[in-house]
Amino acid sequence: MEYLKHKDLLGIWHLDPEEISLILDTAAVMKKVLDAPTKKTSHLQGKSIVTLFYENSTRTRMSFEMAAKFMGGSTANISTSSSSVNKGETLLDTAVTLDMMSTDFLIMRHGQSGAPDFLANRVRASVVNAGDGMHEHPTQALLDLFTMREALGQVEGLKVAIVGDCLHSRVFRSNLLALTKMGAHVHCSGPATLMPVRIKDTGARYTKHVEEALEGADVIMGLRIQLERQKAALFPSIDEYSHFYGLNAKRRELAKEHAIVMHPGPANRGVEISSELYESDRSVISEQVKNGVAVRMAVLYLLNLRRNRV
Amino acid sequence: MNIKIVNATVTDGFGVHEPTTLFIRDDRFSEPFDGPFEREIDAAGLTVLPGLIDAHVHLRDPGAEYKEDIETGTKAAAAGGITSVACMPNTWPVCDNATVIRYIKDKAEKKAVVNVFPIGAVSKGLQGQELAEIGLMKEAGIVAISDDGNPVATAELMKKAMRYADDYDMVVIDHCEEPSMRNGVMNEGIASMEMGVAGIPDIAEDMLVARDIFLADYLELPVHIAHVSTKGAVALIRAAKERGVCVTAETCPHYFTLTEDACRGYNTLARCNPPLRTPADRDAVIEGVRDGTLDLIVSDHAPHHADDKDIEFALAKNGMTGLETLFGLSYSELVQKHNVPLTRVVHALTQAPADLLRLDRGVIRVGAPADLSIFNLTETYTVDRFHQVSKAKNTPFHGRTVSGRTRYTIVGGKIAFEAKE
Repeated sequence: MEYLKHKDLLGIWHLDPEEISLILDTAAVMKKVLDAPTKKTSHLQGKSIVTLFYENSTRTRMSFEMAAKFMGGSTANISTSSSSVNKGETLLDTAVTLDMMSTDFLIMRHGQSGAPDFLANRVRASVVNAGDGMHEHPTQALLDLFTMREALGQVEGLKVAIVGDCLHSRVFRSNLLALTKMGAHVHCSGPATLMPVRIKDTGARYTKHVEEALEGADVIMGLRIQLERQKAALFPSIDEYSHFYGLNAKRRELAKEHAIVMHPGPANRGVEISSELYESDRSVISEQVKNGVAVRMAVLYLLNLRRNRV
Repeated sequence: MNIKIVNATVTDGFGVHEPTTLFIRDDRFSEPFDGPFEREIDAAGLTVLPGLIDAHVHLRDPGAEYKEDIETGTKAAAAGGITSVACMPNTWPVCDNATVIRYIKDKAEKKAVVNVFPIGAVSKGLQGQELAEIGLMKEAGIVAISDDGNPVATAELMKKAMRYADDYDMVVIDHCEEPSMRNGVMNEGIASMEMGVAGIPDIAEDMLVARDIFLADYLELPVHIAHVSTKGAVALIRAAKERGVCVTAETCPHYFTLTEDACRGYNTLARCNPPLRTPADRDAVIEGVRDGTLDLIVSDHAPHHADDKDIEFALAKNGMTGLETLFGLSYSELVQKHNVPLTRVVHALTQAPADLLRLDRGVIRVGAPADLSIFNLTETYTVDRFHQVSKAKNTPFHGRTVSGRTRYTIVGGKIAFEAKE
């Protein structure tokens, strides 16, 4: 296999294991570019990459933008505060407008689950999902798998413990799909009110005892706790959450010795993860950020390859 | 119009009758007479039904005529073999007073091609607070009351509405969903989890069905449950009927045909409320129609403009068109696929809604209004959402092949629809 099957990257749902491997292999090559003294390739020369973000983002947006720039692409950013979105323009009209300006890649983040799916067959550009509602965040899952593979050799057979707000998390959904497709075992824990009701029917194993999820894990992944969830009565207080589910050095000891600690960021230090663990030598949280650029380079490269051929 | 229909094999809620000749004089069925006849129809090989009655329709008129109006909605009904529609009160302004009801009756008089029976609101503005002017609306022509689109907000209001409506010989039709659990956009389950959208659990429906059954039992008054979609609701209604509670219920073709999986890919055409459920729910609904637990089949015709559907999933409006596919789907799915007796399905589309709405219709008999529908059960067709009679195009059944095509729809002795050969 040399390129991806679809025009767009909407979610891990649409990828098969071979495609995931292809992206991870390509990312390994791209990471070498990042480490080189002159970070420049010409793969996206003459291509236009637009990031359309309806939600705030630092790392994902910058990561895509740097990835495109390192490969010679022309980038432009649309943020909702400075665009016609504030004049009431619909998502579809905005996207078609950008499409007509010869955009090759439309990288979007949107609060509505399925917004990228909705646009994909209405524009010529390749739509790359940079996070949609509670649905998917495929490049995050890909960079997480890349990081696991780099640190632990392979993804297959790993026990991955994901702790936190799985219900509202697109990172959780994309990781669950990607890890399951690649043969890893997903265990998750968190307050029941932050778990999907049908969690038992997914590929994940749920336990209310965080210790059970962490026991013998190869990977510990904390998810961001959004503080506004407390107001929605999903948990009583930050302290109570942290007491029962916060990741810390003591809980880390339940996992395997070589286990790595991950977090998609931005983290609430002292809530879902202690500062001590965040900065420990088994934490790969900073490496995830670097790998994010490599993985996004790989995704853009492979989608562009397909655009040039099909 | 004087019409003679020869070789008419009538199927109604009682059974399939011997071929006969039907006579229509002006607007009513008549004893045989010698004519002259303005039309003679040979129904050999076709199936003659009492005019279908759709007890749950949104005509969007007044207020949202860009989606549908009384003329286009009733033409769509006629194309589907439906001779009477009962229209829900969630219009703008809301049908909560006699003036709006009179507007609908007047416009129907001028523009409608089928009978239009308005349903009045339970509460003023559908706000779930004070009772609407139910008696005055009854005088103006309503046949039932409902806050459809919303549940009757509280048990206390429901109790008052049932008692008050009974004074005017009407039933309350309730859209059952626990109000605090209605924030989702599809069924809560594995599909909603994977799509990352908020779900409405099936028990939200069951809880209010249970509430309404308790009230019907306590008050010894009737209640009607709108668009049943869950296994739990079917079981509750069945058990209540067995112990003699006066509860009736309806379902729609989409609940016995589709499941939540139709929403995958963020298909806004499959968004409706209550939402499409699981295969187990669908099967329970089919069994509910078969054994009569679910008395009526209705379309819940909910026309929307393309702009309300060509949009992000969570922002899309609920509902699908259904008038033109009501019979075809009922026949194809229930009779052909699941062997529900045709007479049972016809009963659910004729006599059962006539009983609910206290209409002197639903059977073919001398002296009754001459409403009938003639179908060719062996003729199949493919649903094409872009060529519907309705103003709206929002059906998820686009591309589906169904059996049972409308040949003639006769309303009050007038031919409201006639298929082109």
